[in-house]
Amino acid sequence: MTAAVVTAWRNLSVNNQLRKNKMALIGLAIILLLVIVAAIAPVFVPHHPYEQDLEKAFLPPSLEYPFGTDDFGRCIFSRIIFGTRISLAIGVVVTAISAVTGIILGMLAGFYSGIVDEVIMRIVDIFLAFPGLILALVIAGLLGPGMFNVLFALSLVGWMGYARVVRGVVLAEKEKNFVETARALGAGSLYIMYRHLLPNVLAPVIVMATLGIGQAILAAAGLSFLGLGAQPPVPVWGSMLNDGKMYLQTAPHLTIFPGLAIMITVLSFNFLGDGLRDLFDPRLREKTIE
Amino acid sequence: MLKYIIRRLAMLVIVVIGVTLVTFTMIHLAPGDPAELMAIARYGLENLSEEDIERIRVAEGLDAPIFIQYLRWLGHTVTGDLGRSLVTADPVQEEILLKLPATFQLALAALVVSLLVAVPAGIISAVKQHSPLDYLTMTGALLGVSMPNFCLGLLLILFFAVKLGWFPVYGYGGLSHMILPAITLGTGMAAITTRLTRSSMLNVLRQDYITAARSKGLSEGQLIFSHALKNSFIPVITIVGLQIGHLLEGTVIVESIFAWPGLGKLLVDSIFARDFSMIQGCALLFAVLFVLINLLVDISYVYLDPQIRYEKES
Repeated sequence: MTAAVVTAWRNLSVNNQLRKNKMALIGLAIILLLVIVAAIAPVFVPHHPYEQDLEKAFLPPSLEYPFGTDDFGRCIFSRIIFGTRISLAIGVVVTAISAVTGIILGMLAGFYSGIVDEVIMRIVDIFLAFPGLILALVIAGLLGPGMFNVLFALSLVGWMGYARVVRGVVLAEKEKNFVETARALGAGSLYIMYRHLLPNVLAPVIVMATLGIGQAILAAAGLSFLGLGAQPPVPVWGSMLNDGKMYLQTAPHLTIFPGLAIMITVLSFNFLGDGLRDLFDPRLREKTIE
Repeated sequence: MLKYIIRRLAMLVIVVIGVTLVTFTMIHLAPGDPAELMAIARYGLENLSEEDIERIRVAEGLDAPIFIQYLRWLGHTVTGDLGRSLVTADPVQEEILLKLPATFQLALAALVVSLLVAVPAGIISAVKQHSPLDYLTMTGALLGVSMPNFCLGLLLILFFAVKLGWFPVYGYGGLSHMILPAITLGTGMAAITTRLTRSSMLNVLRQDYITAARSKGLSEGQLIFSHALKNSFIPVITIVGLQIGHLLEGTVIVESIFAWPGLGKLLVDSIFARDFSMIQGCALLFAVLFVLINLLVDISYVYLDPQIRYEKES
């Protein structure tokens, strides 16, 4: 799924560059807003996210409860705000683990070539040949529900893209004169990788990681929607949707607001990632059709 | 070409071994004792005795070291025997074959839905570029690609099943049961395909031979359908092919929302029932399907686009 959506974004032909930059800025603004909201959540929310009041269950949105209340009478707005923390944390941690793993393995494969390259890239092929979400589901499911298991499962299926891209860049860069010069001056392999090759892979990795955070948030929401991930009463967007689905008929606000939260967050990361790609790598910029 | 196919099939074997190894390791790490689960399933929780558990452990070979168990399982799998469900004691392969058609139906219906929407929408959008219709389509596509399928599924249920009552809320049956799940699964793909059809069509419409055809006096309809369409389709088919494997992935969530009795729901249910042998079987089947579909898609390109030749690659 991740690959399909990334491909999709690559193929979205937004008509002109200006509009694209505007979208990237909107994405960035929303992400900053989400980060601030997540940081100051405790002082920001009108109610405690765990505070139950069964007499106030299923209230429609009002001034006191901006998004209404859920089946336990908890404030949906407060729970979504606290859910922002968890979602952003999952997205960032999964992406960081995937990216670091991918950079290290891709760097090794590209730098040493030969048998090291062969082994690493075959492992990449094996992981890429399997639908990532299903593998993550099986792993998280077998290890049992819980946030850590979701983090582990999503990181395990998310690193291959980084490894491929980093390997490609390293293969191209390591033949260049500055690397030869450094080696002639007596620099060791680790030093060359860190000092000369790493800076060159950062731009594509940052673009991938921005899109990756959105995808990780989406995948984590999917897993917690299925009932894996952090368990009640922890406010997670995916499981809030799952709870709400039983009351779709009578109280659709239980479903609609967490759904919107997921959508807006993922959309923002996609906007920003797309804009960053244009900024960092003009070669990847799509031919404008105007 | 043959060499390429053989190489890809060898890859399939490696992928299957890799996937089963990963799931087997996870099962070993997972909490829960398979022998105990089987004993509960067979004799009930109240009749549970240590002797029964141990007897089942020995009888099912669960006392052997993990790699021996893995080799045994692999040996059985080669002969088409995926073992028995830990919960129902039914053969895993029978259960999976029973669920497979529903998943194929859903994936196929989603594919049809997405193409029926995306191709005309993309063409109209390209031909009427910058019209309100174009902007409407592109906004819809943008929303479609960023909306998680579980949100969309629930929204569709809310409006079309609960409020309007046009379709059943969930379940399996006739065409009316299939429409909402197919739309849910097909929307993401439709959004991507619409945008691609549009940009591909726009590209083709700017070619010289289109101008030449137009100056010969061809009508716009003839121009689009007999000249432009065919040439704008290769990139579209590429992306559609790539997405078919991911449709399978989407079935897991969509089947769970709509209680659609397919492979995806079977997998999720087995995970919650901790039915290890069923999970193993489902994972295996998803892996095989995924690799085979990608292989078929790759092979079909060679026939669609003569510029692609796989021999050169190796």
